[in-house]
Amino acid sequence: MRTAAKRIPALAVVVVLVTFLTFWMSSQLAGNPCIILLGNQARGEALAECEADLNLDDPFLLRYAQWFGDFVTGDLGQSYINNIETTELLANALPATLFLMLYSVALALVISIPLGVAMAYRADTRFDRTASAGLYGFLAVPNFALAVLLVFWFAIRWDWFPAIGYTSPTDDLVEHVRGMVLPVVALAAGQVAVFARILRTDMIATLSEDYIQMAKAKGLRDAPILFRHALKPSSFTLLTVAGINIVSLISGTLIIEVLFGINGVGSLIYGSVIQRDYLILQSLVALTAILVVAVNFAVDLLYGRLDPRVRHAAA
Amino acid sequence: MSDTVHAGSNAMGTTPPLLEVTGLRTSFDTPKGRVLAVDGVDLTLERGKTLGLVGESGSGKSVLSRSIMRLLPRTGVASEGSVKIEGEEITTKSPSELRAMWGPQLAMVFQDPMTSLNPVVKIGRQLTEHVRAHLGVDKAEAREMATAVLTEVGIPEPARRLQEYPHQLSGGMRQRVVIAIALACGPRLLFADEPTTALDVTVQAQILDLLQREQSDRDMGMILVTHDLGVVAGRADEIAVMYAGRIVERAPATALFNDMRMPYTEALFTSIPKLDYPSHTRLTAIGGRPPDLINPPKGCPFSPRCPYAKERCHDEAPPMREADEPGHTFACWYPVGSAEWHDARARRRREGTPVPVAVGEEPG
Amino acid sequence: MTATTPRQQADASVDATPVAIDEVETGSGPPGLGVGFWLAVAFLGLIALIAVLAPWLPFLDDPDAFSRDDRLGPSTDYWFGTDELGRDVFSRTMFGARVSLQIAVLAVVAGMLVGGSIGLLAGFLGGRIDRILSGAMDVLLAFPPLVLALFVVAVRGATVANVVLALSVLSVPGIARIVRANTVVFANREFVTAAETLGAKRSRILVKEILPNVVPAMLAFSLLIIGLLIIAEGALSFLGLSVADPYPSWGGILASGRLELDEAPHIALFTILLMFLTVLSLNVVSDTLQQRFSVREAAI
Repeated sequence: MRTAAKRIPALAVVVVLVTFLTFWMSSQLAGNPCIILLGNQARGEALAECEADLNLDDPFLLRYAQWFGDFVTGDLGQSYINNIETTELLANALPATLFLMLYSVALALVISIPLGVAMAYRADTRFDRTASAGLYGFLAVPNFALAVLLVFWFAIRWDWFPAIGYTSPTDDLVEHVRGMVLPVVALAAGQVAVFARILRTDMIATLSEDYIQMAKAKGLRDAPILFRHALKPSSFTLLTVAGINIVSLISGTLIIEVLFGINGVGSLIYGSVIQRDYLILQSLVALTAILVVAVNFAVDLLYGRLDPRVRHAAA
Repeated sequence: MSDTVHAGSNAMGTTPPLLEVTGLRTSFDTPKGRVLAVDGVDLTLERGKTLGLVGESGSGKSVLSRSIMRLLPRTGVASEGSVKIEGEEITTKSPSELRAMWGPQLAMVFQDPMTSLNPVVKIGRQLTEHVRAHLGVDKAEAREMATAVLTEVGIPEPARRLQEYPHQLSGGMRQRVVIAIALACGPRLLFADEPTTALDVTVQAQILDLLQREQSDRDMGMILVTHDLGVVAGRADEIAVMYAGRIVERAPATALFNDMRMPYTEALFTSIPKLDYPSHTRLTAIGGRPPDLINPPKGCPFSPRCPYAKERCHDEAPPMREADEPGHTFACWYPVGSAEWHDARARRRREGTPVPVAVGEEPG
Repeated sequence: MTATTPRQQADASVDATPVAIDEVETGSGPPGLGVGFWLAVAFLGLIALIAVLAPWLPFLDDPDAFSRDDRLGPSTDYWFGTDELGRDVFSRTMFGARVSLQIAVLAVVAGMLVGGSIGLLAGFLGGRIDRILSGAMDVLLAFPPLVLALFVVAVRGATVANVVLALSVLSVPGIARIVRANTVVFANREFVTAAETLGAKRSRILVKEILPNVVPAMLAFSLLIIGLLIIAEGALSFLGLSVADPYPSWGGILASGRLELDEAPHIALFTILLMFLTVLSLNVVSDTLQQRFSVREAAI
C-alpha cells in the first residue's frame, strides 16, 4: 500500500487541475453570468446579491480559490432556478444513476467474460468469426440509437418493458427491474463489445503459454484450465479498460437517463445545461471528472491486488 | 521389430513393454506448408529404464514426445502410427480417456520453469489440483501428498511453499516444483523435455540427478529429451539420436559412445567440450542449418551438412541397419569407421578443409 | 503480450509445438480485411460525394419541401418514406449527412492540428515537456466526452463553431497520444540518428524526417475519431443541443424520428442504419490502415 500513498500527491494535483479547468471553462460564459442565471428581467437588488455571491469583482484566481475551498468542504452551491442545494439534488439523483451504472457493468461482464473465453477457446472457428464480426459491428452502434431500437421493439411493438420512468427498488422491486431492463441493455451492449474483444485477444495469448500446456499435461479438464489458469492472467487489460471505460459509461448514462426519463445525475446535468443553471453544472462537471480519476486510481490498486508479482514487488 | 530400440532386457517376457511406438508420423499445417516433424519413428521402452532422445532444435524430438503423450493441438495436426502403453493402444483414445492418463500414467516436465508454472496461481494449488481430480482425495490429503512430494524433490519448508507464488522461488527451485507436479500422481512414464536447458549450469546437474533418482526409486520409465549428448551420458540406458523427424542412430548408451556410426552423432559428440582436451582446442560446430522439414531433401536428410556425403547420400535415403553390437542400429551409407569414411577424411585433410575430430582420436 | 524473440518464434513452428488447448491464430484484426475494406471505402466515398453535392443532386428534394402525405412508408417515390410533416426522409438524411460529416471532419482537422502538434512535441522533445503535455492530456481525459461537450456548448452557446470546438477538444488527447507514440519510435530510428550526426537542425529533422512518417498513422487513426465524433455530435443533436442550421444532422433527425416510432418508425430506423453503416465503414477503414501505418502501442 506504500505505492498507493506515494501517488496521493500526484492525484491531488490532478484534482486541482481538473477543477481549475472546469472553473476556467465556466468563466468563459459569454456575458454577465448573473443575467444568464436570473434572466433578463432580473431586478437591481437580486442582481447585486447574485454578483456579490459570485464575487465577480475579485480576481479570477481568488474566485477559483474561494470556489475550490467551498467545493472541497462539501458546499457545491445551489440552484438559481429553485434555490435547492446541489448536494440535495445530487443525493436524490444518485441512486438511480448508480443502479444504472452498476447493473450495466455487471451485465456487460457477465456476458463478455464467458463470451471472450469461449471465443478464444474456439478461436478461428465459425463461432469465433461470427461472434467477432457481431461484436465489431456493435462498436459502431451509438448507445442512444440502440436505445431507440430497443424502445421501438420491446416497449412500443411488444410492450414488454416500460419505455420511460424509474421506480426505486424500495418502492416496487419488480417495477424497478422492469424499468431498468432497456436502459441497462442499451448501456451494456457497447461495453460487451469492448470487453469481450479485449479478453479474447489476451486469452488467446495466454492459451499459448507454457503453463497452459503444463495444466493440460496434468490431465485437467478444459473448464478449470480456462477459468482457473487462463482467465486471471488474461484479465489485466480488461480491468484497465473497464476503468478507462468509466468515461464512456458516464456519457452513456447521461443520454440514456434523458432518453428513458430517469431522474439521475445525467438528467440533472442535462437539466442544468438546458436551464443554464451553470453553478450546479460546474460542480457536477468537476465531480464527474474527479470520479473518473478516482475510479482509475482504484483500478490501479486493484491491479496490484490481483497480480501477485506486482503485489510482492510493491511490498 | 528388429529395428526397434529395446531399452531394457525383459522384452522377451510375456508382459508387454511400458511403451511401444510403431511407425509414428506427425505433421503440422503451417502458413508455409506442411511440416513433417516426426517421420516414421519406432521405439520401445521398458519400465524402470531411461531413454535419451537427442537432437538439435528442429529435429522433432519435442514433437515426438508430445505425439507419444498425444498432447497435440486439436487442429492443424495429423498424427498416425501406433503408441501402446503397457500393451494398450492410446492413439484411438478419446480426449477424456487421455486426460485420465495424463498425470497418473504419463507426465511431462517442461523445459522452462520460468514459464511453465502459472504466475498467478499458488504453488499449493498447482500441485494439488490434478491430484484431487485424478486420485479423488480430499483437500487435506492432497495437501499432505503435496508436502511429501515437495520434500522428496528437495524443497525446504514445503508447507510454506504451498502458500507462495512461483516468482518467489529461484529457477532451480521452480524446476523442482515442476518435477514435483509431474510426479504427484505417480506416473509410470515421465517425459523430461530439455529439463535443464533454461537453468544455470550449477543447478543443471542437481536437477538431472534428481530426475535420475526419482526414476529409479519409482521404477518409472523416463524419456529424457535433450540437445546435449553430455546430459544423457551416464544417465540413459539407451540413446536415440533424432534428425529431421527420424531416428538416425540408436544403441545402448555404452555402445553408442564407444562405437558411434552415424556422422551426425559424431558431429553432436565432437561439438561437446571435453575436460581432457588441451585448452584452446577448437570445437567442431555442425555447419549448415537444421533440416528444412517442409521440403526435406530427397536422400539422407543429413547429407547437405555431412562432411563425408557422397552422391548416393544425396539421392537415396539410407535405411536403418544393424551394427555389430546387439540393439545398435543406424541409418547411413558410409558410416563412421567405414572405408569410404576414411577416404573422405583423408581427402578433406589434403584439401585443407577442417575435419571433425574422430571419436577416440586426439585432437590435432 | 509476452514478447517472443525471433528464435522462439522460429522454434514454435516445430520444436516447441504450440500445444495450447486449441490451436489458435492470433490475428485479431477486424474481420474481412480485403473485400470489407473496399466495400467500406466505396460506401464512405458515396456518402461523402452525396453530402458534398447534395444541393445540386437532381434525385434529392429540398429537405424542407412538403409532400401531400405525411408518414408514408418507403416507396419508389420516397425511398426512406416521408416524415411527420410529409418531408422526404431520404433527402433529409442526405442533407443531414452533409451537416454531420462537415462538423465531424472540421473538428478532426482542428484536433489533428492541436493534438498532432502536442504529440509531436511531447514525443520529440521528451523529458519534462513530454511529462507536462502528457499530464495535460490525462487531465482532459478525465472529463467524460459528452459531459465535456455539453459543458462547452452550454457555456458558449449552441453554434456550429462551438460544437466544432467542443468536438475538437474531445479528439485532441487521443490524437496526441497516437502521434506521440509514433514520434517516439521514429525519433529513435537510424535515419533520424543519422541526420542528427550529420548536424541537421532539430527543427528540420522534426519537419523533414519525422512528420512525414507520423502523418499516415495520424490520418488512419483520425478516421476512427471521425466516427466517434459523428456519434458525439449525434448525441448532442439528439439532446437538442447541437445546430439545426440550416438542416438537422443525423442526431437531430433521429431525435424527431424517435417521437414518431409509433406510426412512422422508418424515420428513426433509416437514420440509425445510415449512421451505423458510416461509423462501421470508418472503423473498418481506420483499423485496416492503422495496422499498416501505426506503431503498436504495446511496442512503446
